[in-house]
Amino acid sequence: METKILLYLVAGVLFILSLAGLSSAKTAVRGNRYGILGMLIAVVTTLAFSMHSWQSALLIYGTIAAGAIIGTAIAKRIDMTALPQLMAGFHSLVGLAAVCVAFAAFYSPTAFGIGTPGHINKFSLLEMSLGAFIGAMTFTGSFIAFMKLQGLMSAKPIRFAGQHLFNGALGVAIAVMTILFTFIQTGDVLTIITLCAAILGVLLILPIGGADMPVVVSMLNSYSGWAAAGIGFTLQNMLLIITGALVGASGAILSYIMCKAMNRSFFNVILGGLGEDEATNADGATEERAVKAGSAEDAAFLMEQAGSVIIVPGYGMAVAQAQHIIRELVDILKSKDVKVKFAIHPVAGRMPGHMNVLLAEANIPYEDVFELEDINSDFSSTDVALVIGANDVTNPAARTDTASPIYGMPILDVDKAKTILFVKRSMGVGYAGIQNELFFNPKTMMLFGDAKKVSEEIVKAFEMM
Amino acid sequence: MADTTKLLQQLSDHFREGLHKIEHLQQTLEETAIANVASGVSPATMGLIVFVLSVFIGYYVVWKVTPALHSPLMSVTNAISSVIVVGAIVAVISSANSASTLFGLAGVFLASINIFGGFVITQRMLAMFNKKK
Repeated sequence: METKILLYLVAGVLFILSLAGLSSAKTAVRGNRYGILGMLIAVVTTLAFSMHSWQSALLIYGTIAAGAIIGTAIAKRIDMTALPQLMAGFHSLVGLAAVCVAFAAFYSPTAFGIGTPGHINKFSLLEMSLGAFIGAMTFTGSFIAFMKLQGLMSAKPIRFAGQHLFNGALGVAIAVMTILFTFIQTGDVLTIITLCAAILGVLLILPIGGADMPVVVSMLNSYSGWAAAGIGFTLQNMLLIITGALVGASGAILSYIMCKAMNRSFFNVILGGLGEDEATNADGATEERAVKAGSAEDAAFLMEQAGSVIIVPGYGMAVAQAQHIIRELVDILKSKDVKVKFAIHPVAGRMPGHMNVLLAEANIPYEDVFELEDINSDFSSTDVALVIGANDVTNPAARTDTASPIYGMPILDVDKAKTILFVKRSMGVGYAGIQNELFFNPKTMMLFGDAKKVSEEIVKAFEMM
Repeated sequence: MADTTKLLQQLSDHFREGLHKIEHLQQTLEETAIANVASGVSPATMGLIVFVLSVFIGYYVVWKVTPALHSPLMSVTNAISSVIVVGAIVAVISSANSASTLFGLAGVFLASINIFGGFVITQRMLAMFNKKK
């Protein structure tokens, strides 16, 4: 028993090392191997230290193999653009797995040494319902996030009257049922708790809009950790508690970073912060104003004359899969001795770090990609800022307009560049539903069209020169 | 025991300077855990101790993660949170009734998808960051 716990500790330490490795790209690969080794130790230890028939061993190996084939196939084939929905999908699986284990523990408490059927100790019951509750909420919440990100459901916030009240009532119901569960331990009560939590998960994610997804995905990441920790308490398994705590903390930090990058509180996002009313107000006044639209040739000419260019990618680049053609553009510019850098806002895209992965996929060197605080002072000494599929994260209203819903949000100071090229599909407003003053700036030239198409045209224009 | 210590030692060699603090915390955690078993503290309390200390470890480790690698961070945490598979395996092995075996198997299946999917996608992403130029 002692050896088993110590081996679990080794696995736990390996998991910590796998996260620690991510402090740089070089050590990260080794970190990932530590993670795999830790998981291997955890599984092998569990099997080695329990008495079991060859039938059940076969059953377990077979099931793991089936999961392995499916998981590997998905991970190998998935397009990097679809990373956010993949993560949401994976989080939902962790949630569902937690629910399964909670129920398994309920029906077979002796297996985990927490009592006998019908006589499970109260504390374990409490932890069990907590695990099932967080697990079910993670499952359905992530599922809705997946549907929204995959475009199977409108990314628009869905709200109904009295939603917060209803959610509150559901929460109270779950709390009451949990207490009830510790007295009358029947499967029905646990099922009701799980169902209520599942509904709550759906209702929590429905009112959150598409562009708040970085927060949602991070939050669900965190939940999946807390769910694992909850199950760890139920089963009195230290490895599950350690890992759950690590993952929970990680997701919480990511959520915090994302919220901070939008200058919004966590609760503001969860309660469905930015309203539609603001959107209608903002459009009305500004629709008629003139913007300067340019052609790909103009853009190519401007950049050829420039000494330095900063490219600001956003969700639009991801959707259009424009990263590869942008890499070609960068190569052309570099061959003409133009300095090129990339500026990434923390909430660009639909999950933390998404832009970095896409740029890495397109072979854009790691050293050319900068985070907001590292590059913001460079804009004033830059000739051309090329914004591709980003909008709100460049809106100067965040600095100046106290009435703006994004006021106070840290932005990329593209307006300080000598010339601003804006690749955008239309004059439509960003997710925050507010107009970007930058479009009407005399220094700005709009390049209307799909991010990939426009980039291709610019590359073509360069080749014609 | 000796092997375990040796492995731990070997691993800590890779630790970067800034992470020594964490190692320390982990040690404290281990000692606290052992001390508490000896003094007969309930498993729930011990779990809570481990939990709180682990949250702190997670906090310090994750703040050190470079923002460029936030996506791999998410996928790797997703993979390791599927260590819940351990609970599901126990359920399958020592289950007294079929309901619990079925729930256990479902848990093993779901968690396995995640473990393999999570590590493979992380590997794929990291390979992109480390491509030869």
